[in-house]
Amino acid sequence: MSAEVSSPAESVLSVRDLTVRFATRRGVATVVDDVSWEVAAGETLAIVGESGSGKSVSALAVMGLLPTPPARVQGQVWLEGSDLLQASPQERRRTRGRRLGMVFQDPMTSLNPFLTIGKQVSEGVEHHLGLHGSELRDRAVELLGLVGIPAPADRLDEHPHQFSGGMRQRVMIAIALACEPQVLIADEATTALDVTTQAQIIELLGRLQEDMGMAVVWITHDLGVVAGIADRVSVMYAGQVVEEAPVDALYADPRHPYTQGLLGALPVIGGHGRELATISGLPPDPLQMPPGCRFWPRCTRRLDARCEHEPPTMWEVGPGHRVRTFYDTAREGSR
Amino acid sequence: MARYVLRRAGQAAVVLLGVSLIVFALMQLVPGDPVRVALGTRFDQETYDALRARAGLDQPLPVQYAQYLGNALTGDLGVSFRSGQPVTASLLERLPATLSLAGVALLIALLIAVPLGLISATRSGKVSDYVATVFSQIGVSIPDFWMAILLIVLFTSTLGWLPPSGYVPFTEDPVDWLAHIVLPAVTVGVVSGSILTRFVRSAVLESMGQEHVRTATAKGLPGSLVLRRHVLRGALVPILTVTGVQLATLLGGVVVVEVIFAWPGLGRLTYDAVAARDYPLMQGAVLMFAAVFLLVNLLVDLLYAALDPRIRY
Repeated sequence: MSAEVSSPAESVLSVRDLTVRFATRRGVATVVDDVSWEVAAGETLAIVGESGSGKSVSALAVMGLLPTPPARVQGQVWLEGSDLLQASPQERRRTRGRRLGMVFQDPMTSLNPFLTIGKQVSEGVEHHLGLHGSELRDRAVELLGLVGIPAPADRLDEHPHQFSGGMRQRVMIAIALACEPQVLIADEATTALDVTTQAQIIELLGRLQEDMGMAVVWITHDLGVVAGIADRVSVMYAGQVVEEAPVDALYADPRHPYTQGLLGALPVIGGHGRELATISGLPPDPLQMPPGCRFWPRCTRRLDARCEHEPPTMWEVGPGHRVRTFYDTAREGSR
Repeated sequence: MARYVLRRAGQAAVVLLGVSLIVFALMQLVPGDPVRVALGTRFDQETYDALRARAGLDQPLPVQYAQYLGNALTGDLGVSFRSGQPVTASLLERLPATLSLAGVALLIALLIAVPLGLISATRSGKVSDYVATVFSQIGVSIPDFWMAILLIVLFTSTLGWLPPSGYVPFTEDPVDWLAHIVLPAVTVGVVSGSILTRFVRSAVLESMGQEHVRTATAKGLPGSLVLRRHVLRGALVPILTVTGVQLATLLGGVVVVEVIFAWPGLGRLTYDAVAARDYPLMQGAVLMFAAVFLLVNLLVDLLYAALDPRIRY
């Protein structure tokens, strides 16, 4: 069904037409709708969107961490030539932690309070790579050192509550990278941290990515973070990708009214006295999506008569730059 | 840790003092003259006065209480009106029977509750969950005396495998002890286990929803390992809490079951003491239950620290 969008040879993880629906009491909610993206080794893809845009759910679907039911996942998730959505539960489990690593948002709750840090860092290695005893311990020390935890050997037997938030997120990264996965998914990995720690974690992940050559999918609502780290950006709104572009093109020339709104809402240093721009209104209810463009109710442009009644499709506006509109905002007219 | 235990022991002493005062006051409010009841048809004024004086009941109440308290501190809880035995000795005599019944019953309860609660929680909403829920519902609803009778009918009258009633100390004959304890322990254990099943289910369900369990799943660990190492571990603290309450309740005696199986436990002793207005025995029993409750609670709190590294005393 998607022969024309067959993934480039170099992409290690390729998501095609991913759709996630949830059965609720009020009906079926389509939380992720036909989302496609791909990421190559050494590359960083940022998926940007506000809360409820489906970015985290799509990441969990890729990892196979959504409880099914109530979730229903369709589409394709290609990890180096095999479609994970067709794989058996055992095969999926073997990719988790081994080939796909994930860092979650809240380091305060993502670590097990009852187990030692050493145990939590090493249990994936023990399971996937079969290391034991002192070998396993050495690997745990190495991993904690890698993520910049001072005196790692002394901290193996400590518990999460003895670590600060930033240090815990470093531990989470060590866990995600323990088996040297090909892809690391960081879901709002710095959102719960203070700005200084945030910068340290971003710097750390960049360095580790360079050393290990993995692909990184960085999920965030923070466009300020994205600018510094991403190679490409996918902007999500109401479960759909509305614009994707190389990072420079996106910041220099955003084409979707939503992306323009997001960038316009970024605070400007030195912009004293200027009120922060906002996008008025709220995202649509997943159970009652607008029939046309999902952004239509909040859109200030509405440059085409079809916007209200017909869902727009993605079209290419430049090299690697695609946008979900009926018109070209650059020319202020229909495409 | 030692300081914590000392502090808790101090608190326990204050609680026990309060309990003793309340019990003492309540006994004064209960209508009826215990000495008359004790004498029954053998009543004559001289014996009455003598017994009253011997029990110290002719003294003013504060004096009676002070005396009682002073004696209690030395382990002397008075003398039973009914049997003439020291209360402490009567209570201690019943303790092994109650301890073994409570222990075995709790073991059975946990053997029922942990697997059933686990199945119920991990297959939440599926058929096995409903089966487990219905089973625990039935277990809670069945009157214990009725189940006791059914068990006796089946295992004694029909099959002839087990003795219908009575108690044999473990130290005398372990095999016979076991044969006698099975039926009462199963009766108590099924009820207790049914209650615990629901707590295990909800504790495991809550633990499964924790974000660190998702982290463990994201590591690609097998489901059984995630369940054992991450889910169950987190569920242990709330399970321990209810188990402690259950144990304390069982140690307080299970009157109906003790009566049916002629089990010489504390529950029956207390029941008889109340029926006979045997004040000293009643007071002693209540004090001991309070002490047992406090002790079990302290043990549970100390176990928290062993289970949860965040808790340090």
